[in-house]
Amino acid sequence: MRKQMVRLVGALVAATLVLAACGGESSSTTQPSGGNTTEAPAELPYIALISKGFQHQFWQAVKLGAEQAAEELGAEVTFEGPESEGDVDQQMQLLQTALDKNPDAVGFAAVDSQAAGPLMEQAESKGIPVIAFDSGVDSDVPVTTATTDNLAASAEAAKNMAELIGHSGKIALVVHDQTSVTGVERRDGFVEYMEANEPDIEIIDIQYGGDPRVATDIAKAILTANPDLVGIYGSNEGAAIGVVQAVTELGLEDAAKSGELVVIGFDSGKAQMDAIRSGLMAGAITQNPVGIGYETVKAALAVINGDSVPKVIDTGFYWYNADNIDDPEIQAVLYE
Amino acid sequence: MNASQDLLSQGVRGLEPTKTSRMRSQLQQLLALATLVVMVVAFSVASPFFFTSDNLIGILTAATVTGILALGTTFVIVSGGIDLSLGTGMILCGVMSGVFLTYWGWPTWLGVIGVILFGALLGTINGFNTAVLRIPPFIATLGMMLIAQGLSLVVSGTKPIYFPNHPDFQDLMNLSIIPGQRFPLGVGIYVALIAIAIVVLSRTLVGRYAFSMGSNEEATELSGLNVRRWKVIIYSIQGLFVGLAGVLAASRLSSAQPTGGLGLELDAIAAVVIGGTSLQGGRGSMVGTVIGTLIVAVLTNGLRIIAVPQEWQSVVIGCVILVAVYLDMLRRRKT
Repeated sequence: MRKQMVRLVGALVAATLVLAACGGESSSTTQPSGGNTTEAPAELPYIALISKGFQHQFWQAVKLGAEQAAEELGAEVTFEGPESEGDVDQQMQLLQTALDKNPDAVGFAAVDSQAAGPLMEQAESKGIPVIAFDSGVDSDVPVTTATTDNLAASAEAAKNMAELIGHSGKIALVVHDQTSVTGVERRDGFVEYMEANEPDIEIIDIQYGGDPRVATDIAKAILTANPDLVGIYGSNEGAAIGVVQAVTELGLEDAAKSGELVVIGFDSGKAQMDAIRSGLMAGAITQNPVGIGYETVKAALAVINGDSVPKVIDTGFYWYNADNIDDPEIQAVLYE
Repeated sequence: MNASQDLLSQGVRGLEPTKTSRMRSQLQQLLALATLVVMVVAFSVASPFFFTSDNLIGILTAATVTGILALGTTFVIVSGGIDLSLGTGMILCGVMSGVFLTYWGWPTWLGVIGVILFGALLGTINGFNTAVLRIPPFIATLGMMLIAQGLSLVVSGTKPIYFPNHPDFQDLMNLSIIPGQRFPLGVGIYVALIAIAIVVLSRTLVGRYAFSMGSNEEATELSGLNVRRWKVIIYSIQGLFVGLAGVLAASRLSSAQPTGGLGLELDAIAAVVIGGTSLQGGRGSMVGTVIGTLIVAVLTNGLRIIAVPQEWQSVVIGCVILVAVYLDMLRRRKT
């Protein structure tokens, strides 16, 4: 009898643990101060934001911007995203759940720009306005898209790369993934700029990896196979950290600092900012993640109030390097 | 050792792999080794940059974390279990190194020991869930995989943790131990662990019990062995390896990254299987696991060096796994 009880309790504990883990979508709720945290407050419009990821510092900064806008302009905002960036299924479930709650507006950063089609139509039929942010959605439903112009931003990275390597030589790209809109655009914007403007620059290899551990090994293989490489570009925080680590592990620090090997990154984060300060990385493009979050909530509120919004809201980007990294304008959009 | 234990170990010895099965296992290793050599030769011909000391060390460096996980999980697989929480468990251990060193300010040596013991704790919980609660290992460790993934994000606040007060922490992986070469300490640690793992699996009671539990758990239990207790011990031993892998992964990037890791468990299991260890348990070898790890590492690196598009790299590695396991099954059917 006692033994059975012990086993039952044990099984229950295990089941709870598993259930707790399965329900472990990262989420958080932000409300203007004074709001009741569990019951839906009556007056404030509710905006559900479904992001593409959660764990990257970048998304935390987007969330911060959304919270700021919610605080200043008066809204209830929830911010959720799949635990691993690129998990389409989980994101669809999060979006479905958000729609079921009948929010006043939905903000959505699509992992897969096409997979959300049916849910977009569902939102439209329920009369819930959709604001796309960060990545676009292949659908007419979103009223507007608040995003970095990734094509223009990566062309800016390419332009700086070209100037730093003296407009000739072999270069390579480590891109964070080959399916998301940001991955594709940050590759294409860079490659197209080089093809259009720099006949003497040759792109000899493009490989994919956004996990710094994987990106390190990829960048090492590229650098080893191409000793005459003069430039290498990492298209997000993880890819860029990996490139820097590869340079260090191969003992190419002096080449990087003297400009023989030009490393260019994207986004920020402490490791990347340290690399720029120490000269290992020549510079990077930063988006304005706080602005993305802020503009998304602002646009949602405008739509709820019946105001018109432009089809695309460009949230901007900046080129930063050791010279301007401490400018207030740049510091405001960098995150550790 | 008292008389009854002696009798027990003799009883279990009867369940050890037979001579022919040992020969088969050696044949499999030879085949795997030949595959590895052929691949190294092929890539060396294909690119002048493959067979250089820098690149060979690079391959070993890339193989270190997966390799250590594969060593640890060989014990579990040989004993008839499986662990899906290796990858995210390793990430959680990395995060714990950030917690112990940076948040709590422990000295480096204590933090490292703490993380390794934390890894063992994760293993103990997995062992308890499978052995005592009798949850099938696939499910028990699937649960742990999700728990570890979530806890890494919760504990770190979803941010990487850096080690500003422990500049020596990154030496664990990165310190060069051969003058004039960039041969990192982490690879040295991996090599030492290989030796330890080989001895433990083939020369100690734990190894012998693992084989016997994997080939016939009921018979092992009937022979008087406390199978539950040894299962917990085997999962805990694997946890030590997971903890150390987490330390080295965090040390390499001088930061505990709370994300990633998912899929690493499958890389490790693939390496074990390519090395000829049976997923049904009871049959396998540590040397095979090392060769399997190197095959995957050489293949990944070589394809990158000759700039094969990444989507094709996965296809090739998938095919290698299928061929390796199919050849193994064919030979087993014949004998």
